[in-house]
Amino acid sequence: MANLITNIAGLTLKNPVMTASGTFGYGVEFADFVNLEDIGGIIVKGTTLNPREGNDYPRMVETASGMLNCVGLQNKGVDYFCKHIYPEIKDIKTNMIVNVSGSCPEDYAECAARINELENIPAIELNISCPNVKQGGMAFGVTTEGASAVVKAVREAYKKPLIVKLSPNVTSITDIALAVQDAGADAVSLINTLMGMVIDIEKRKPVLSIATGGMSGPAVKPVAVRCVWQVAKAVSIPVIGLGGIMNAHDAIEFLLAGASAIEIGTANFVDPAVTVKVANGISDWLDAHGCKSVSEIIGQLNA
Amino acid sequence: MKKYVKDLTVAEVEFPHSRYVLLKLTDSEPLPEMMPGQFVEVKVEGSPKTFLRRPISINYVDREKNQLWLLIQTVGEGTHKLAELKAGDKLNLVFPLGNGFSTVQKAGEKVLLVGGGVGVAPLLQYGKYLKENGAQPVFLLGARSKGDLLEQDLFKAIAPVYVTTEDASEGEKGFVTQHSLLSNEKFDRISVCGPKPMMVSVAKYAKQSSTPCEVSLENMMACGLGACLCCVEKTVKGNVCVCKEGPVFDINDLTW
Repeated sequence: MANLITNIAGLTLKNPVMTASGTFGYGVEFADFVNLEDIGGIIVKGTTLNPREGNDYPRMVETASGMLNCVGLQNKGVDYFCKHIYPEIKDIKTNMIVNVSGSCPEDYAECAARINELENIPAIELNISCPNVKQGGMAFGVTTEGASAVVKAVREAYKKPLIVKLSPNVTSITDIALAVQDAGADAVSLINTLMGMVIDIEKRKPVLSIATGGMSGPAVKPVAVRCVWQVAKAVSIPVIGLGGIMNAHDAIEFLLAGASAIEIGTANFVDPAVTVKVANGISDWLDAHGCKSVSEIIGQLNA
Repeated sequence: MKKYVKDLTVAEVEFPHSRYVLLKLTDSEPLPEMMPGQFVEVKVEGSPKTFLRRPISINYVDREKNQLWLLIQTVGEGTHKLAELKAGDKLNLVFPLGNGFSTVQKAGEKVLLVGGGVGVAPLLQYGKYLKENGAQPVFLLGARSKGDLLEQDLFKAIAPVYVTTEDASEGEKGFVTQHSLLSNEKFDRISVCGPKPMMVSVAKYAKQSSTPCEVSLENMMACGLGACLCCVEKTVKGNVCVCKEGPVFDINDLTW
């Protein structure tokens, strides 16, 4: 059996499969369907310094081969996370990573500093690319200056591996990736959702409560693979690929494009056991192709 | 309660009326524990427009035949695809999900179960449960027309059934809240499932008559597990997931 171990900025993952923030709750919601410890890493729901109620309903609409959401980072805040959620997840034997969001660099840094104190959280993923919040979120992720400012602030407050999640809703995702690398990021994950819109033609109104939302699912996969390929060539830090991965075949595309690990998001809604199936499928594919380890295929594209 | 993702086998397919299909599913193992008012998420195969699972309430659990019944209104491409299933086909379910209706509160309590359209589906299992556990259920079922009334014989076998239709083709004319039963009798509590305007007006009646009342919501869902936070309802405790904290809510917890 092929060796599936992959390394991301000092983190050792037993396999390259992680879960995308906001699609897997805190992991425990899926414990009836998969052995959580068989997943390489679990990135839990976006956490902010202060509690957020999120946007009004409707927050979700199905699209061709995907969906839009505008949840808007609903969460109970970092203090609640540390007191009530962390004790529930800290003994799960895999990389439990917290996705951190905010509305100004100081908030991001403060939130990250609190999580820095949690022994069993080995890394954070910084969300500078949420399209569904009015202030902050993607606003930071769409300019090199904004992205750099947030990452610098967090880098000072946070001492463990720092992953920065990038938005595809930009002119050059490579420029943003280089900027966050220079600002101290240990890895980048991409892509966050693509901003989209669906209209109810009878009501002549947008379906989502805030008009627009983030598109995910298999429809966005080619965009995501392209972004990963471009960024992986440009940066020297590890890249985590995500966007529409439904199965092992999709995951291997990302690995070949240069991703050292992948995240599974929307597919969790279709099959709550998909994560482990993808990990097993990657292993089978490697065996069938005579590869001894997953590292043999990362970035090994004939192009 | 443990949740499962598994393929069940279609045992029987019935078409109670032109716009509805009743799927009776079975499994080689005994079906797991399920509470009345809980729901399943079904995966629709062969329908490109249907990417996400479809939440469907549990209509009935027949323990003798080891069958789980899903009563489905065919509205879009996904539900039409489900109506094409044949005996022997597989259907992938994530289940059982959600909280379900209240358990019996006191022996002999009179519980009014109000259903509208396909919203009658979970009341069949709930009525059976209440009857078997020492409560006295009474059904009040509303529909647009006689042709939209579903499973009447099955409801009548459990408890008294009162009906309203909008076109007076059966029972009293009008909406469920206009039925004479509501002015003639007093109930210990009410459980409702149906279109939102109907549930809102029953909730209003319940508040006016100081009758405890719970409603089963059907907000648009993605995961069904409380992970994606898409199906939220505004409550006195803030936005909560209908799929996990619900689908059944006490009306006093809602902001209606």
